[in-house]
Amino acid sequence: MTVLLEMNAIQKAFNGVPALAGASVEIERGEVHALIGQNGAGKSTMIKVLTGVYRRDDGQISFNGQDSVLTNPREAQAAGIATIYQELTLVPLRSVTENVMMGYEPKRFGAFIDWSAAHARTREILTRFGIDIDVKMPLGTYSTAIQQLVAIARAVSLDAKLVIMDEPTSSLDTSEVKTLFGVVRSLRDAGVSVLYVSHFLDELFEICDRVTTMRDGKTVGCVKLAETTKLDLIAGMLGRASSDIAAAGMTEFGGGAAKKGEILLEAKDVATGPRLSKFDMSLHRGEIVGLGGLLGAGRTEAARALFGVDALRSGSITLKGAAAPSQPADAISAGLGYLTEDRKAEGIIPDMSVRENLTLALLPRMTKGGQIDRAREREIVQHYIDALDIKTADMEQPIRELSGGNQQKVLLARWLAIEPDILILDEPTRGVDIGAKREIQLIIRDYVDRGYSVVLISSEFEELVEGADRIVVLNEGRCVTELTNPGITEHKLVQALAHTNEAIV
Amino acid sequence: MSMTTSEITGKSMLQVLRGHGGVVALVAILLFNMAFTPNFFQLQTLFVNISQVATIAIVAMGMTLVIATGGIDLSVGAIMALAGALAPLIFLSEFGTAYPVLGVALAIALPLLVALACGLFNGIMVAKLNVQPIIATLILFISGRGVAQVLTNGNLQTFSNPQFSYLGTGKILGLPFQGWLAVAIAVVLYLVISRTTFGRYVLAIGGNERAARLSGGPVARVKIGVYMICGALAGLAGLIVVAINSASDAARNGSLMELDAIAAAVVGGALLQGGRAPIFGAILGAVIIQLVKYTLLANGVEDEVALIAKAGIILVAVYVQQARKE
Repeated sequence: MTVLLEMNAIQKAFNGVPALAGASVEIERGEVHALIGQNGAGKSTMIKVLTGVYRRDDGQISFNGQDSVLTNPREAQAAGIATIYQELTLVPLRSVTENVMMGYEPKRFGAFIDWSAAHARTREILTRFGIDIDVKMPLGTYSTAIQQLVAIARAVSLDAKLVIMDEPTSSLDTSEVKTLFGVVRSLRDAGVSVLYVSHFLDELFEICDRVTTMRDGKTVGCVKLAETTKLDLIAGMLGRASSDIAAAGMTEFGGGAAKKGEILLEAKDVATGPRLSKFDMSLHRGEIVGLGGLLGAGRTEAARALFGVDALRSGSITLKGAAAPSQPADAISAGLGYLTEDRKAEGIIPDMSVRENLTLALLPRMTKGGQIDRAREREIVQHYIDALDIKTADMEQPIRELSGGNQQKVLLARWLAIEPDILILDEPTRGVDIGAKREIQLIIRDYVDRGYSVVLISSEFEELVEGADRIVVLNEGRCVTELTNPGITEHKLVQALAHTNEAIV
Repeated sequence: MSMTTSEITGKSMLQVLRGHGGVVALVAILLFNMAFTPNFFQLQTLFVNISQVATIAIVAMGMTLVIATGGIDLSVGAIMALAGALAPLIFLSEFGTAYPVLGVALAIALPLLVALACGLFNGIMVAKLNVQPIIATLILFISGRGVAQVLTNGNLQTFSNPQFSYLGTGKILGLPFQGWLAVAIAVVLYLVISRTTFGRYVLAIGGNERAARLSGGPVARVKIGVYMICGALAGLAGLIVVAINSASDAARNGSLMELDAIAAAVVGGALLQGGRAPIFGAILGAVIIQLVKYTLLANGVEDEVALIAKAGIILVAVYVQQARKE
């Protein structure tokens, strides 16, 4: 094998703050190379330096045997580096074909797009990936997962030598992940290298050859996955000894310990639309109830129904014995909080400060005659910055400048600050690094111990199994079973899902 | 280390320039006038400019609030015409001449209420019926001026009413009344934006409407609120224009004001996608636009060319905004 890419001693600082301080990575031809590290470790900066989005301050990059001087993403693409970003960069209202072919359409007479050739070529590319869809339909009519695979298909069709995948599986379900891995393997067999960035460590062992670990802008190690363990990788990212972590357990949760109080919330035969047709659950004071299921099982829809975002078509929800609220503002005053799954679209207000983001749900309670009590606001914000260890320059920093994990902590604080009786958490640890994840899990457990209740949605079975007192399992918009801790294992949860969904086994 | 320090200073100098592009533009215009425009530094010039800029500034501040929620209001010029047409009808009526004081009071209050109602209409269209702001406000943009012309039979109404004309010709401490009014409104709106829940929600809705709604923000009420404020301020500006001229011309009052107001808001630093409400920026923007108009006029450049210059300013302002975002 020969080396395709070598990045050596890369330096990059923003306004004098170093983001990369001597980071290196080396990728061989036909290798699937993992890049891991906590949020803020410098993974994204490293990728952006490679693809010409940022200019490096110092260090060498050699790609395909030549010194690389890429200055914009377009040049990177031409050189054979394709990037699939976490946030999809496609056009949902245009057809699948247009999205895949954009900028590279087959032409007739040099000016007119040859649509039949374009559709045929798109179909051929997608079939290679095991996707069989109508390419003439607008992309937005398909699920996020399909859209992501289309993005990958587009990148690969441009004859890439190196494909960079940034959290490619975060919105895929199990069978789609399998399809993706098939694609990655066929890329490797074709001699294409893949740089694979992911928070899901189990995946790395399945699909990657080597892994480079980053911490604080530096490379701390590069090993073959066959010669390491999950624990060692976590220890490397956190900069702690692996024996400490083993003793503490993989997550900070301990489900099944709750002392149940009275019933706070009860949903019966709830339906809101095609994606949620029969949802039942009850929630006691001081309890964490998990919602289990695959992507599209109706978990987020269930949360939206409970919070009064989506109107009920049938069934009933009772909250503390009264009828449930019909819009978010009422839900909040009735003692509910809802941390949404999509941090960017439904959570943060990017240009507002940490302070303003944190107190958004609390505003009505900090107001005297319409005027915000600014001293109290600062006091509350400072309390949560300290309590949750939110890393921010100061409370006036725009939230968009924070790392994903710290943004998530601010949003969590937004809801903790109103002290809701029931806190609905939709993927509270998605896309955050391991350190922040453990902290968030501790915060949730602590909140429940103080007598509040939590509805927890998580795609990570480990988190759900260890954290929840009970798990309500959903499949295709219907509740299929309920599991009770202690005694839930990942195996049992998977079985419960498999019971009604043979496809994933 | 010393090199990085100087680099940082150099960078922040540039950022300061970008952040205060409006101020730089203002200084440039003033310098230009000092050199080329005869009789520029005279009190008379100041009065003329203040009395004219006040109406643009008042409308631009309302527009800034609407833009801060991610909306736009095309109907401000028509609302000016409507409010302006109503006022003389009221104080020139039999009732108005019989009770002059009450007549003038009503001639100010009723048009403002009508303007507020226009804003309410816009707000309900946008917030409750989910009509796109540009379309929703197009309705009154077209029909508002029409109603104003029907009310006045398309005639120019001239009048002599010193009490009412105080709105446009009065002076406090030697400076035009409407200038003080604009400053007072700016201070109030600035406090509303920075200190009240309403203001915080305005910015939150413009920044991320879904997040604001899910955090319990009263999105519809706040949106209706900004359109009502914008409508009322446009109505006030309409009254001032009528008071300045001692005449109401429904065909011309507030004509093209929507464009001036949007331009002033954007030059002042408002982002069309919402999330920012630079109230004093709107005043600065209005001053710049007024001065450019005045400069060109005073140097014998024709009105049509002045329009092109205005377009140029907007272009530069938008360009600077884009650069700042990156």
